[in-house]
Amino acid sequence: MGKMTLEELRKLREEKKKIVEKRDVSDKNVMIIVGMGTCGIAAGAKQTLDAFLDELDKRDIHNVVVKQTGCMGFCANEPTVEVKKPGMPDIVYGRVDDKIARKIVDRHIIQSRLVNEHVFDKPSTDIVG
Amino acid sequence: MHFAVSDFLSDIAQNSIEAGSSSVMIEYIEGDGRLEVYISDNGKGMDAETVERVKDPFYTGGHKHDGRKVGLGIPFLIQAAEAAGGGFEIKSEPGYGTSVYFSFDLTHIDCPPRGNLPSAFLSMMLFPGDYELGIRRKKDGSEYSVQRSELVETLGNLEDVDSILLARQYLTSLEEE
Repeated sequence: MGKMTLEELRKLREEKKKIVEKRDVSDKNVMIIVGMGTCGIAAGAKQTLDAFLDELDKRDIHNVVVKQTGCMGFCANEPTVEVKKPGMPDIVYGRVDDKIARKIVDRHIIQSRLVNEHVFDKPSTDIVG
Repeated sequence: MHFAVSDFLSDIAQNSIEAGSSSVMIEYIEGDGRLEVYISDNGKGMDAETVERVKDPFYTGGHKHDGRKVGLGIPFLIQAAEAAGGGFEIKSEPGYGTSVYFSFDLTHIDCPPRGNLPSAFLSMMLFPGDYELGIRRKKDGSEYSVQRSELVETLGNLEDVDSILLARQYLTSLEEE
């Protein structure tokens, strides 16, 4: 492989755009926000981010925006991830490791069902205390 | 505690973003069994007293979460670097920004694994906002550099999953010999 140049990257981008534009892609974007503060990073949030990217790629899903934020206040349940999908409530998931990230893609993003066991609605106790 | 050296880097870079920086510059230099990392930003900076206090795990500069009494990012890094024959320095000036330096002896038995560097670089670029983030990476004589703005310009954005996947592919390729 070797190092890519920006020009090669630009070409890849154009190719991918053409493929995606040919499909009937819904314009209703899903948003995934990964908590990347000290707590998230220590709990493996970068691996979680990578798992989301891999799974979305594998499942050929394109209408997703991925963002990061700092600590969301759920430090005891990191990595935390917020998922916003039109027609679904905004959900904060906790303890999202590689496996759960892939499950969220399958259940929440594809099937519009919640991953109940990982839904978190309460911040860490030292914050609400 | 963080698992890998790249996690410490991500943590410090996130501090820079949270301090409102419009520019963050990173040098990541590996050679002769040592790793040296420089991170400088033009964020809001800190006064001398605050700079001392960030080294204390029972201090937090964050005001997002009232009641929180700990801040572990920098204390983790100091502990890990000092345990592995490395060092840590921080300089800051209110209104101008902050510079952090840390090093590790890569041959030291207590040196953490390096971690996935392209993933760390990518993650530093995915915070919202229009900030610049420049990375200069040197390893045993070879080097490359990458800017967030050139990736945004080339890919259109760094938000949709297709752009991010391509950015990851690009950053991963830069690490190849």
